[in-house]
Amino acid sequence: MKANPKNVLTGAHYLDGDHACSEGALAAGCNFVAGYPITPSTEVVERMTERFPTIGGIFIQMEDELASMAAVVGAAWSGAKAMTVTSGPGFSLMMENIGLAAMMEAPCVIINVQRGGPSTGLPTLPGQADMMQVRWGSHGDYEIIALSPNSPQECFEFTIKAFNLSEKYRVPTFVMSDECVGHMTEKVIIPPADQIELEPRRYTTLSPAEYLPFKPEKDLVPQIIKAGDGYKIHITGLTHDEKGYPVMNWQTQEKLVRRLVDKIRLNQDKIVEFEEENTGDAEVILLSYGISSRVAIPAIQKARKEGIKVGVLRLIVVWPFPEKRIYQLAKKIKAFVVPEMNYGQIVLEVERSAKGQAEVYLVPHGGGWVHDPEDIYKAIKEAVR
Amino acid sequence: MKFWRKPLDADKIQIPHGELHIVWERCKGCSFCVEYCPREVLELSIEFNSKGYHPPVVKKPDDCVKCGLCEMLCPEFAIWVTEKEVDKVES
Amino acid sequence: MSETQVIGKTPQKAEEHPMAKILRMDRIPHIWCSTCGIGTALTSFATALEKVNIPLDHICVVSGIGCSGRIAGYVKLDSFHSTHGRALPFATGLKLGNPKLKVVVISGDGDIAGIGGNHLIHSARRNMDLVVLCINNFVYAMTGGQTAATTPLTAITSTSPYGNYERPFNLPHLAASCGAVYVARWTCLHVRRLAKSIEEAINKKGFSFIEIIAPCSTIYARRNRLGDGLDLMKFYHDNAIIKHGADTRELDIGYQDKIIVGKFVDIERPTFLDSLNAWNKKVLGEKFREYGGPND
Repeated sequence: MKANPKNVLTGAHYLDGDHACSEGALAAGCNFVAGYPITPSTEVVERMTERFPTIGGIFIQMEDELASMAAVVGAAWSGAKAMTVTSGPGFSLMMENIGLAAMMEAPCVIINVQRGGPSTGLPTLPGQADMMQVRWGSHGDYEIIALSPNSPQECFEFTIKAFNLSEKYRVPTFVMSDECVGHMTEKVIIPPADQIELEPRRYTTLSPAEYLPFKPEKDLVPQIIKAGDGYKIHITGLTHDEKGYPVMNWQTQEKLVRRLVDKIRLNQDKIVEFEEENTGDAEVILLSYGISSRVAIPAIQKARKEGIKVGVLRLIVVWPFPEKRIYQLAKKIKAFVVPEMNYGQIVLEVERSAKGQAEVYLVPHGGGWVHDPEDIYKAIKEAVR
Repeated sequence: MKFWRKPLDADKIQIPHGELHIVWERCKGCSFCVEYCPREVLELSIEFNSKGYHPPVVKKPDDCVKCGLCEMLCPEFAIWVTEKEVDKVES
Repeated sequence: MSETQVIGKTPQKAEEHPMAKILRMDRIPHIWCSTCGIGTALTSFATALEKVNIPLDHICVVSGIGCSGRIAGYVKLDSFHSTHGRALPFATGLKLGNPKLKVVVISGDGDIAGIGGNHLIHSARRNMDLVVLCINNFVYAMTGGQTAATTPLTAITSTSPYGNYERPFNLPHLAASCGAVYVARWTCLHVRRLAKSIEEAINKKGFSFIEIIAPCSTIYARRNRLGDGLDLMKFYHDNAIIKHGADTRELDIGYQDKIIVGKFVDIERPTFLDSLNAWNKKVLGEKFREYGGPND
């Protein structure tokens, strides 16, 4: 399925990351946004409010983020392509209904323009400390997909990608941007609509009598319907059987939750995406994501000038985590250097995936500003010593 | 049906007769239907159902006028009434 | 002489319940206690649905969490059992995502006025085109009977064992003052009037709010030594005063005091979508493209 030309602002633009997210969402066919103002993400919805009336779409400013996320799940079930946008404190409030989206398998996109935390923290300054919250923030067991852009161009592209993945796997999908990327203004190339591939919603072809809302297909993802089509489904946040009816026992829990987790875990080779550079003969690999991957470039260049063989592994999809590839690389190299704007989140996953085959060095940063490349350089030096 | 005073339109009015349907095992014995039946058609049975409740039984079947109040008040969807036959009012 | 068809006891064939077409009979018997009023509220809703002019395919039910929240699981409509307190925003998303749907929120007092209070006032303020049936049993019944935002003063609950000292909400007044265009209150005993009200609310555009006073036998009646649900129904019979158009400020419910019921508000005001479309059309003219739903 191709993008609808009326939604796509084809051409070269000078956009900040937040506005690029909006354009990505529109190109992906987003037609419903519920949000609540929060710095530094507000520009995303501001642009949507400007663009929606002329292309057809609904924006509603809800009373809080709890409501925003609940409205997004509701809109997803009415057949809309729904999205919400927030930052740290709002992200915490959304957790309740992110769990609902996971349980109801509602395709939806959440953009988190991360800022410094905890609590109100640094509203106008960047952070990357929600990387574990996005994976584990709501209660219970579930899986999500999260992408991390490092430029406005990627904000545009990854938002489309996020919509596609959310449709394909019927899972809440996250674009984990940050204040730096969100407010960075760069050239963004928006291709013609016929070059933008979209994943259609997995509407069922079965009749209401045959259709079971949670009966999985081969890839463990069930087909969907939209409210108002006469299927008269019941969808609940309670543990449910294939019919969608609540069943309170461990067998149903096992079957349902196992599938919610497995539909991502067993398909992770198809979902995982990363960029590799010079990893073939590397002695140390700089593993990063989002803005940290750009800040690390001077440090890598400096180290390479000194003859250190530095490879780069940049995560595009952060969750599910590319554990297999990291283990393969760990066996060949001395160490991973992981700069991130938190005190150790993704680095824990790197350690887990490396299984002791390589050293793992964290270059932490509390947020509020990006790393000094010098600190990353020092860590690379330390790693090869 | 006898009236104390004959209504002016008695010859035109047809009083419906209801036939009651009770799902014995679905009843939870709240007795809303028994209490609020305007013609006191129902009473609670002496017998228990398997849940241990006393479902209603029809005490005066001929008196049911299919008003449907029992059907609407029943929280269990365990009682309903269908129209049985239409009698002319005796004048 | 008429024969009663006692189904299950005697092997007689009987037709299914007339409301079966809008109920998930495969899930009956439901979870509600004996003499609970929620089932009665549901029959009133089902009765109203038979009379409304909207095709059943286009009517959706959204519930939150709690005893009343389970209603979504028993109606044979597109029905959603969302998170605690979030039925209204979920319904808002459902409605805006596909404006041709008629969305009815059926949930409890704790869900709608307690944890979801903020969503209630804002949905009313926006005049979101939703019908809200708020089943008020005065306590958090599902969790064992804790004090709610609606518990009358001095009533005993599991978290106010010596009596409640917190002033409760006057729900019709709250909804009306926030901008609801249709506000009514009935008890579970007033089934016909309630069904009529629900029918009116569904046929009306805008934010309609109906408070349904329901007996809770296991928790509220038992803890307060009020007998069972039937005794509460008898209490409603003796103490409910029908007063259409009553000033909503006078609708507070005291402990075992009179309950004023009736239709209090029935006005016209543009809905959220009406306003959105009209304003954008006015400002943007030809450039405005109205969102008509997912197939648009």
